[in-house]
Amino acid sequence: MSLTREIAFTLNGSLRNVTVPVTMTALAMLRDVLRLTGTKYGCGEGECGACTIIVDGRSVNACLMFAVDCDGRTVTTIEGVAADEASEPLRQAMVDNGAVQCGFCTPGMVMQSTWLLEQNPHASRDEIKRGLEGNLCRCTGYKKLIDAVAAVSGTNQ
Amino acid sequence: MTTKTIEKNSLIGRRIPKMDAPDKASGKTRYIGDLNVSGQLYGKILRSGRIHARIVRIDTSKAKALPGVHAVITAADVPDQRPIGVNKDHMPLKGDKVRSQRDEIAAVAADSEEIAEEALKLIEVEYEDLPTIFDPRDALKPGAPLINDFKKDNVAMVFDYSHGDVAQGEAESDVVIEDSFELHYVTHCCMGVSGVIAEFDASGNLLLYSNTQVPFLHKREFAELLNIDPGRIRIIQPPIGGGFGSKLDIYPFEPIAIFLARATKRPVKLMFTREEEFLASPTRQPVILTLRSGVRKDGSLTFRTVDTLHDNGAYTSWGATTPFVMMQTFSSLYRVEHCLYKTTAVYTNNPYAGSFRGYGNLQATFAIEQHMDKLAEAIGMDPLEFRLKNAQEAGEVTGQGMHFKTCGFKDCITTAAERSDYQAKRRAYKAAQGAPGSVKRGVGIASMLHVGGGAKIYPSDGCGTILKLDDFAHVTVMTGASEIGQGSETVLAQLVCEELGVPLGSVTVVNNDTDITPWDVGVHASRTTFIAGNSAIGAARKARDKILNAAAKVSNLAAGDLDLRDGFIVRASDGQVIMPLAKMLRSLHFSDKAELVMTTHYYEPPSVHQDKGFKGDVSAAYAWATQVVEVEVDTDTGIVTLLKVWAAHDVGRVLNRLGIEGQIEGGIVMGQGYAITETLMIENGVCKNPNFRDYKLVTAPEIPEMDITFIETMDGEGPQGAKGVGEAPAICMAAAVANAIENATGTRIYKLPFTPENVYRALHPALAEAAE
Ligand code: FES
Ligand code: FES
Repeated sequence: MSLTREIAFTLNGSLRNVTVPVTMTALAMLRDVLRLTGTKYGCGEGECGACTIIVDGRSVNACLMFAVDCDGRTVTTIEGVAADEASEPLRQAMVDNGAVQCGFCTPGMVMQSTWLLEQNPHASRDEIKRGLEGNLCRCTGYKKLIDAVAAVSGTNQ
Repeated sequence: MTTKTIEKNSLIGRRIPKMDAPDKASGKTRYIGDLNVSGQLYGKILRSGRIHARIVRIDTSKAKALPGVHAVITAADVPDQRPIGVNKDHMPLKGDKVRSQRDEIAAVAADSEEIAEEALKLIEVEYEDLPTIFDPRDALKPGAPLINDFKKDNVAMVFDYSHGDVAQGEAESDVVIEDSFELHYVTHCCMGVSGVIAEFDASGNLLLYSNTQVPFLHKREFAELLNIDPGRIRIIQPPIGGGFGSKLDIYPFEPIAIFLARATKRPVKLMFTREEEFLASPTRQPVILTLRSGVRKDGSLTFRTVDTLHDNGAYTSWGATTPFVMMQTFSSLYRVEHCLYKTTAVYTNNPYAGSFRGYGNLQATFAIEQHMDKLAEAIGMDPLEFRLKNAQEAGEVTGQGMHFKTCGFKDCITTAAERSDYQAKRRAYKAAQGAPGSVKRGVGIASMLHVGGGAKIYPSDGCGTILKLDDFAHVTVMTGASEIGQGSETVLAQLVCEELGVPLGSVTVVNNDTDITPWDVGVHASRTTFIAGNSAIGAARKARDKILNAAAKVSNLAAGDLDLRDGFIVRASDGQVIMPLAKMLRSLHFSDKAELVMTTHYYEPPSVHQDKGFKGDVSAAYAWATQVVEVEVDTDTGIVTLLKVWAAHDVGRVLNRLGIEGQIEGGIVMGQGYAITETLMIENGVCKNPNFRDYKLVTAPEIPEMDITFIETMDGEGPQGAKGVGEAPAICMAAAVANAIENATGTRIYKLPFTPENVYRALHPALAEAAE
């Protein structure tokens, strides 16, 4: 239908070649073309964080990024993080601290927290709160999400 | 010979992580949007561009001609469609006229979402505008336009309740006050948007992948709607991305997806965009409420008269029935001899309201708890003492017939007040109202009563369980209860573990398929832990009896002297191991007896249906809570900052501490949003902020500090003593914040939400007026 382009990028550690319409978002590519549904659609407008992925070491809303802009980059999604043993303590902390209810926001929260802890391994509670500001959760009231990240950062403030 | 012994190890009251959390934290959980059925088409809905208009002509020919389009349907294509909703006043596809912005007039099934959207743009509709109603007060005026022709007075629903004689109550009063309150639109904002997949098999049986909270009620309703045998409908519920009451009714998109599947003979997946979610999901019921209350000088309440006007929107969903809950708060939260309650719900061209966590109780509590402060002030009594004087106690039967078998209300009040130092702070902040500086502090208190043991609204309030143990002592619990994120599967597993002495990892809960699970009325009224919990316990006890009776025969001990612990059959007195449970099960299975341990249980709570006057003990238990909040109000900007919440909840008993804390915290923050940040802006029937940029949900940095105390009253009917708690924590917040703003500033605000603009206007009426 629309104009397409072939792109190549590293996705969760493997090189991928995909042909995508130029108007397609990275979120649609991940979910509909590559069938990686761990990255969620919550708003499509960069306002909820459910679609958070890591691109070249930065946390990004996949719904705001064009798929073609993944070309040549390194992209990590929740599927990549879930397969990475190094992220086990964070995911386990989410589970153990009761940070998961309906769970729809959780992949985005895990991604954002992963990035946050990479930037600031010993983040304080206030830094964690600010770091999660762009991720909405309707169920938990955030406290247990903050507790989970704080458990990993080892903060007691 | 060393004999192994096992001590009793209870999971009740512990911090048990949610069983499905590891998958959810790994992105492995597949919600409705993540499911795809081979051969599926994508459905999209064309909504009205007008608010109230006659549909003169719809032309779908261009849309039909678009390559990749498989069906375009309008009301004319589904002559057999039937109305949905509580009043059966809502056609899924509108043929004659549209009555609100969200109205569905056509739908497309296509090879992709993009093509379906393209096709919508090609549908031509001609309208003829009709006069509108946006203010519910206008709906009752003589000569008002009619929204639904069969309702000549625009009245969708009326509720009348009374006990005692309010005239006598008024005569006995030393002080009488009356105020009006206005409660706004907010919406659920489930993080997962709505969606459905509809598929017919070759024999005409319908399979729905649905997010419903009430699968068994909906099975019946869909059958009526489609005029097919309910036995031919199967509903599978994939994990649900948030419910909060929103999935308690059928909405037009569901029948529309089914019509598209029928027309194309293909599975049809229909997902909302976030904008659609804002426009076309139900709201919390907006209310205009007048409350008149009286009190004697000694601090005893005399009467309450309540009159509410509910904006029903264009169609009727559960919002119109929130008076069921609202009247309980007025009649029974505090002892009051005389009470008169009336609601009129009227049709307008606004969005319509559904059920939303708390079900009218946030609105009722907002009014009643502000009045408690005002009445106390009027008679010069401390507001805490005033509340304690009128608070219900265990054993009471209220004017409405509610029987409080356990009641931790007074404990809730004193606990929240003591932990927050409410009285001293209140006095200090009141004294500081006139002090220099624009930033003021205040504390506010509010309490609530809510059903905590189900609610007998439908013919049955029950839940069924099927339980089986396999040869390896793995337990499968098939429950009717739906899981919407609240943690029911974990609590049910815990309760079963308690009876069968198996580790949590040995239990699987199946709760999502109407072809497998037994009937349940649905997730609503905070009932799942209580009702489904008792049902699961019942099934587990039957299995336990069967196992212990068999074990008694081989161990030469009485069944009553045996116990199940950690996967073993043991002697109850000292925990000495007799044999592994799995071995016992295999010996039953593979012996001459050839028996499997499979049990069923149906639990119906010992509550009653209310009579025509809404009287009767509608729930098997009642939950209580008090919340104290501390706020900071910047009088120069109108910004209200919620600093801390002290919550004391009578929950019967804590079953899963982690889960119940999560419910309370999430509810508090949802209540904070209702009070301070959220508003769905409806102007002349049009939603002005259908996105998260302009609809302000609370974010992580804004949450208050939370101090939560559980009051354990060990309810005699509750599962292990527990009561339902899902809705309770959201209910008090708006009322408590209103009282805190008054304490900080001396100004009482009767209208929600407490956004900076509204608060500023209330604090500086002259300035606000001058600026206009
Ligand atoms: S879906 Fe990308 S931020 Fe909401
Ligand atoms: S757990 Fe449901 S939205 Fe966060």
